[in-house]
Amino acid sequence: MLQMKTHYPDATRVEPSHRHTLAIIVDNEPGVLARIAGLFSGRGYNIESLTVTETEHEAHISRITIVTTGTDSIIQQIKSQLERLVPVHRVVDLTLTGEAVERELCLVKVVGKGDHRVEAMRLASAFGARTLDATLTSFVYELTGTTDEVERFIKLMTAVGLVEVSRTGVAAMARGAEGMGGLSP
Amino acid sequence: MSETMTGAEMVIRALHDQGVEHIFGYPGGAVLPIYDAIFHQDKVQHILVRHEQGAVHAAEGYARSSGKPGVVLVTSGPGATNAITGLADAMMDSIPLVCITGQVPTHLIGSDAFQECDTVGITRHCTKHNYLVKSIEDLPRVLHEAFYVAQNGRPGPVVVDLPKDIQFKTGTYVRPLSNQHKTYRPTVKGDMDHIRAAIELMANAKRPVFYTGGGVINSGVHASTLLRELVHLTGFPITSTLMGLGAYPASDKQFLGMLGMHGTYEANLAMHECDVMINIGARFDDRITGRLDAFSPFSKRIHVDIDPSSINKTVKVDIPIVGDCAHVLEDMVRLWRQSAQQSDKVALQDWWGKIEGWRSRNCLGYRNSAETIKPQYALQRLYELTKDRETYISTEVGQHQMWAAQYFKFEEPNRWMTSGGHGTMGYGLPAAVGAQLAHPNALVIDIAGEASIQMMLQEMSTALQYNLPIKVFILNNEYMGMVRQWQELLHGGRYSQSYSESLPDFVKLAEAYGGVGIRCDKPGELDAKILEMINVNRPVIFDCLVDKQENCFPMIPSGKAHNEMLLNDYLGETGADISSVIDEKGKMLV
Repeated sequence: MLQMKTHYPDATRVEPSHRHTLAIIVDNEPGVLARIAGLFSGRGYNIESLTVTETEHEAHISRITIVTTGTDSIIQQIKSQLERLVPVHRVVDLTLTGEAVERELCLVKVVGKGDHRVEAMRLASAFGARTLDATLTSFVYELTGTTDEVERFIKLMTAVGLVEVSRTGVAAMARGAEGMGGLSP
Repeated sequence: MSETMTGAEMVIRALHDQGVEHIFGYPGGAVLPIYDAIFHQDKVQHILVRHEQGAVHAAEGYARSSGKPGVVLVTSGPGATNAITGLADAMMDSIPLVCITGQVPTHLIGSDAFQECDTVGITRHCTKHNYLVKSIEDLPRVLHEAFYVAQNGRPGPVVVDLPKDIQFKTGTYVRPLSNQHKTYRPTVKGDMDHIRAAIELMANAKRPVFYTGGGVINSGVHASTLLRELVHLTGFPITSTLMGLGAYPASDKQFLGMLGMHGTYEANLAMHECDVMINIGARFDDRITGRLDAFSPFSKRIHVDIDPSSINKTVKVDIPIVGDCAHVLEDMVRLWRQSAQQSDKVALQDWWGKIEGWRSRNCLGYRNSAETIKPQYALQRLYELTKDRETYISTEVGQHQMWAAQYFKFEEPNRWMTSGGHGTMGYGLPAAVGAQLAHPNALVIDIAGEASIQMMLQEMSTALQYNLPIKVFILNNEYMGMVRQWQELLHGGRYSQSYSESLPDFVKLAEAYGGVGIRCDKPGELDAKILEMINVNRPVIFDCLVDKQENCFPMIPSGKAHNEMLLNDYLGETGADISSVIDEKGKMLV
């Protein structure tokens, strides 16, 4: 029996997939996040990271940052499909506009005594993490950095008593003088 | 001018201000205030359907035959969920609708109240946009904005979910100066550089073909006029999708017929062999392209579409033009004339020679019979006997739908209503109700199958109530014919559940509803009985008993390319076993 993942033939051209960061300016109205999340799940796209908050309160405008992976044509489709949504004002592929500044924030809790505790403090200081909370047996660190840095930090902390992680997901912005709009001057 | 009124009154007032004359609906607890407002006025006529799905399809038929948006009013909970199939249908076929749904009072939302459902949540994926109105201050703006969103850009259904307490609340109604959404502005004018490049490509084409779709119809009658002009100016052949039939006159020499899975031999081979494809308002649907990696392998492609997400979605194009068909066609016609562009006449003559060769295969030919009515013959006669009238055709979904598309020749846009993308059985009867309402003096025929018709049969009652003399022409072969055809092709002729068991007596059924029933099973009596049907000024169900075995050809089997189509005489010529035509991979397709 032939095994196929879908009802349709396999793609004939295998294109490489890339990671893209999209900045989406939307009306902050009820359901807008559900519309966007639903578009991704309904059309079979991935969301690797999603960050959203209202950025302009008076105009009720939010900025959503989504990290997704796909072939060039899938990424173009995602952009077009997002732009089709009525409350979406603009979509900018920050990966295409050049190396964008990307940061995420993570909070990690480590629990341990003795050498583990000392090693955790050393690592935190080496990464430039801030100590937000400390008890005799635990620390809560805050680290802001690229996704890779955060991943490395968490991996190392696992070895010294990591018990909990909370991450914001990626916030991103294009380099240079030009703003992408959405904020009134 | 501002006036104080209740939310329910605002609904009716906004509809009237939008020029709405008819709404299709069904009452229920959560919309009673609106129904009370309907009771107190006579500007907007309410058409009571018998099922909410029927309301949406009727509104679709109304919209597609008139070019105006269709309006639906249903209650919360089951009213809204029954409307879903219709909304999804309108979404797929880009039909402008505004559907107002009742909702439980705002303070009960989320409490699993009686007849509550998350209407905006459920309809989010099958509408172009939707609103839950939680404040009376928002209501006038939302109602007008809904019409703007439904009609502008790629049209589609818009739901306005209206809680019952908002319907009772009193507020100030102001008709906004403009309906426009504050930010939603679809591009209508095509990029001139791209249009210039397209004209240049067309002028140098050796084997060009126009491939046009529902976008031309949606763009308005003017777009069809411009399309005809451009096609005549260039002398290129033109084919159309199921959705686009009528935009270009089917009787014209340059028209190759419909393309795609059940398209003509000449249209599909022209698509396969062309060097320049001009797609205007079509979306490379899988029913059109067949096997994607073998689709039109030699062509450069121009794609005009108002929806940027349709461009490069499944088929890569060389010159994308985002814009409304009428706007872009106007620019194309002007540029072609201005630059005094000439088609390559010699190459074009060769190309037409090739096409005439394909045409001479007469792919829509069939072996007629003196004993049994062939479905193709029935539709040919129906066409011949109605072509000189103002005729509107709707269909259900299946073999009869494809035969109707093949054998009915549409000369004008907006005369053909069929469920293309969603493939909704049950679409045709309510759509005919809507079309008849928009065109009271026209002849409106629902070409149906005996299986499909039973899905929305209750709307016969609506037709009777409003004296809408629709004709339901059933090609009765006692099978879900297209299912049976696929079972022959894919599943060794094992007709699992595709026989129409326990059929009703359609003649008696028509009479039970108060309409007229006609039955015909002899080819010799067909003409007289069709004329009888046409001349009755009441709803008719015509039970046309046709050949039970006939299949719909030509056909591009799943997983095959345009140049691998099956013709009607395929079996006779090659003696091949029909069940071996589709390979394992093809069997996985739909």
